[in-house]
Amino acid sequence: MREAATAAWEDAMLAAALLSIDPAGLGGAVIRARPSPVRDRWLAWLRGLLPPGTPLRKLPLSIGDERLLGGLDLAATLRAGRPVAERGLLAEADGGLVLVPMAERLSGAIAARLASVLDRREVVAERDGLALRHGATISLVLFDESAGEDETCPPALVERLALSARLDAVALADATLPACDPAELARARASVASVTVPRDAIEALCATAVAFGIGSLRAPLFALAASRAAAALAGRSVVAEADLAAAARLVLAPRATQLPSLQGDEVEEATDDQPLPPADTLETENGSDRNPGPLADLVIAAALAAVPPGLLAAAGSGGPTRATTSGRAGAAKTSVLRGAPLGARPGTPGGSGRLALFDTLRAAAPWQRLRKGPEGSDSGPRIAVRREDFRIRRFRERSETTTIFVVDASGSAALARLAEAKGAVELLLADCYVRRDRVALVAFRGKAAELLLPPTSSLVRARRALSALPGGGGTPLAAGLDAARALAESVLRRGGTPVVVLLTDGRANVTRAGTGGRDIAEAEALASARELAAMRLSAVLIDTSPRPQVQAQRLAAAMAARYVPLPYADASALSRVVRSAQPWRTAERAA
Amino acid sequence: MSPRPRPQFPFSAIVGQDEMKLALLIAAVDATVGGVLVLGDRGTGKSTAVRALAALLPEMRVIVGCPYACAPGAPQGICDVCRDGPEKRHRTALVPVPVVDLPLGATEDRVVGALDIERALAQGVKAFEPGLLARAHRGFLYIDEVNLLEDHIVDLLLDVAASGENVVEREGLSIRHPARFVLVGSGNPEEGELRPQLLDRFGLSVEVSTPSDLALRVEVVRRRDAFERDPKGFASAWAAEEAKLRRRIAQARRRLDEIVVPDGAIEQAARLCMALGTDGLRGELTLIRAARALAALDGEKEVSLAQLRRVAPAALRHRLRRNVLDETVSTTRVDRAIAEVFEA
Repeated sequence: MREAATAAWEDAMLAAALLSIDPAGLGGAVIRARPSPVRDRWLAWLRGLLPPGTPLRKLPLSIGDERLLGGLDLAATLRAGRPVAERGLLAEADGGLVLVPMAERLSGAIAARLASVLDRREVVAERDGLALRHGATISLVLFDESAGEDETCPPALVERLALSARLDAVALADATLPACDPAELARARASVASVTVPRDAIEALCATAVAFGIGSLRAPLFALAASRAAAALAGRSVVAEADLAAAARLVLAPRATQLPSLQGDEVEEATDDQPLPPADTLETENGSDRNPGPLADLVIAAALAAVPPGLLAAAGSGGPTRATTSGRAGAAKTSVLRGAPLGARPGTPGGSGRLALFDTLRAAAPWQRLRKGPEGSDSGPRIAVRREDFRIRRFRERSETTTIFVVDASGSAALARLAEAKGAVELLLADCYVRRDRVALVAFRGKAAELLLPPTSSLVRARRALSALPGGGGTPLAAGLDAARALAESVLRRGGTPVVVLLTDGRANVTRAGTGGRDIAEAEALASARELAAMRLSAVLIDTSPRPQVQAQRLAAAMAARYVPLPYADASALSRVVRSAQPWRTAERAA
Repeated sequence: MSPRPRPQFPFSAIVGQDEMKLALLIAAVDATVGGVLVLGDRGTGKSTAVRALAALLPEMRVIVGCPYACAPGAPQGICDVCRDGPEKRHRTALVPVPVVDLPLGATEDRVVGALDIERALAQGVKAFEPGLLARAHRGFLYIDEVNLLEDHIVDLLLDVAASGENVVEREGLSIRHPARFVLVGSGNPEEGELRPQLLDRFGLSVEVSTPSDLALRVEVVRRRDAFERDPKGFASAWAAEEAKLRRRIAQARRRLDEIVVPDGAIEQAARLCMALGTDGLRGELTLIRAARALAALDGEKEVSLAQLRRVAPAALRHRLRRNVLDETVSTTRVDRAIAEVFEA
């Protein structure tokens, strides 16, 4: 454990050094670390490595476009009587670093703007009547402070940052600082562009990326840049094996979506879902992949040693490793929908309305001559703005709905009508798709509840998860409700609006601890239901028992859910019920 | 610090991605095809291709000083420069075809144009300051991450793209000016769905994925790396190829009107669209226009089945009615229909 922590720290230090040598070529780094003395020490070290005078900016999550990209300088505009532009944070950070703490909470909209600046190395904005273009060669350091698997940094941004390191398992005692020679770093910085790469090195990096199931071609390019920086750091003029191994650890391993199989059969897998290349290139592909060469083997081995442990488990179980990707994608979409600007309208600033400066000036502009009074009187202010000129910004407040289906797959329900329940859920799924909702699926049977499908907008995946759902076993209702509550909380954290749809007959007979006992199980289920009710979510309980049951009705009352017995509900009625559960009232909490 | 634009990666140096390159070339030959949508994974060179196209296009002739880039033969007469109508002889100049970026977070006033506030405040003059739509006239309007674009901007674009005219009624201004441009959008479907109305506005839609072939991937990395290390040298090494492609586009544009579209081809296109159940006639029209542009690019005299077959997936795949419970990919459905209709 101690050794692993030391290795992680050393890799993080190496990442900092490489970043200081070629910040623009590498784009930046994702550092998984919560605020801690270790993180502070890493950051201080990184600062020490950078040439003196390098701009270093911290990006607050709440930043608006006018500060991020640039906009109107209020004081200068009013003084001069004409629009005066002001550079934004990204332009100010030109040639330096931008630090993003709590990057997992970064909105998709800001992430997209950052990604565009990384790609183009300049800030381009068209806003407030200004066309802004500023050179902005920046590199980003994202601090990923996510708590669980359901939170991740915006994938569009992570894709554009070469390096990754983890500090979460490093103790302060392990975080020792080596000596650092500024002259040596300056020399590395000067020589990095002239480092040459052996011919087979690019093949080795590409083969490694393919072996780990990394589709994007940015990954091998970044790995190449990282290996050059590593060679420059070591004072070499040609990239050596050790540099490629370092690049594989820091760039390729964190992006792995699968583990290399030594038989080379992953190529066949990979071509399955992609258009087949022409037959002649296919030959060479298989040939070159089966014998990737000794260098590729070495790089693959280096990357393999650094693959995060969580990924191993996912790949080993054959589970869909793309699951988290879809979750992230949904999160990005939520943030874009929420708070999207809608243009300005007349109103008074203060309270909830923010002054739209430019629109206000524009509203005032046509009246300036009249308001100045007789020609030549210079006593008044340069621009006369009156109350009726005020324009305030409007934002769209709708937040995305995630419908959480909690399906009872226990023996009692299965005997009754699991198939019918599945059919009902499928129809509701189609309905959610039409409304662009996201859906999640929790099932409970036997001793525990299981999250079959994290929030997604992919209907195909939802259907697959549902049809693969087996029935039978006890009814751990409390566990199912707890799982639904945990999921609802995570949806709320991302700014979405959860709706819980529970399909059960309400006959709990397994306790949270996984033991039998109808009385305790029912008491626990009611308690869980009340906890769910305390979240004031919209909820629907669909009673799947052949005859409406008093238990289910009691449960519905406890969780403040609408009660709908399935026998009386056809597909369209079900759809109406779920739609009517759209809780616009919870939007202000999400905002 | 003054902005120093990075040199563009040459279009002809892009490895693979043939369908995307073809769709962009077709749009460059015939703007009436109606825009190109490029959807695909991250790191597949979507933006690279679109920005590279800008450097490739032959220059166009405009009236000097006209903010709407009027063509010498057809001045619109809405600005001070070309107010005097077609009789007057204007000074003209060759300028690069505009490829205007619509950045995320662009505000409405910058897109459609608005009151020129500086002149209004300083001189008390009510003047119109043209926006991005005016700048994109006769060229391309590029939206990266098109699926993340704010809804109210999308609404504006839909209207202008359909009518070819930008109507501004705000702040006491009443202006209309031509805004005919090729809409090019790119995005990653995982980031969010595209609104159906916007989807339908694109003439061609292509799907890109990273090449799965190792040799191709190595070549992509190698070229990109060479470009990053020496952009100018790389560009000059590819200059001859670029010039060749530019000539091909220019020739295709000249020959476009001479290309014969036989009745048989029109009938085949109609049968294909009926087999796929596409809505409206836009599918057929786009299919024929794209096939004609392709024939011009290929140096053919008339449209044949070969061209229809090559452009059909791009022209039709985004127009299929989506059955939410059908897992089949649209491309597969188009391919199947092509096999059934054309081979029958």
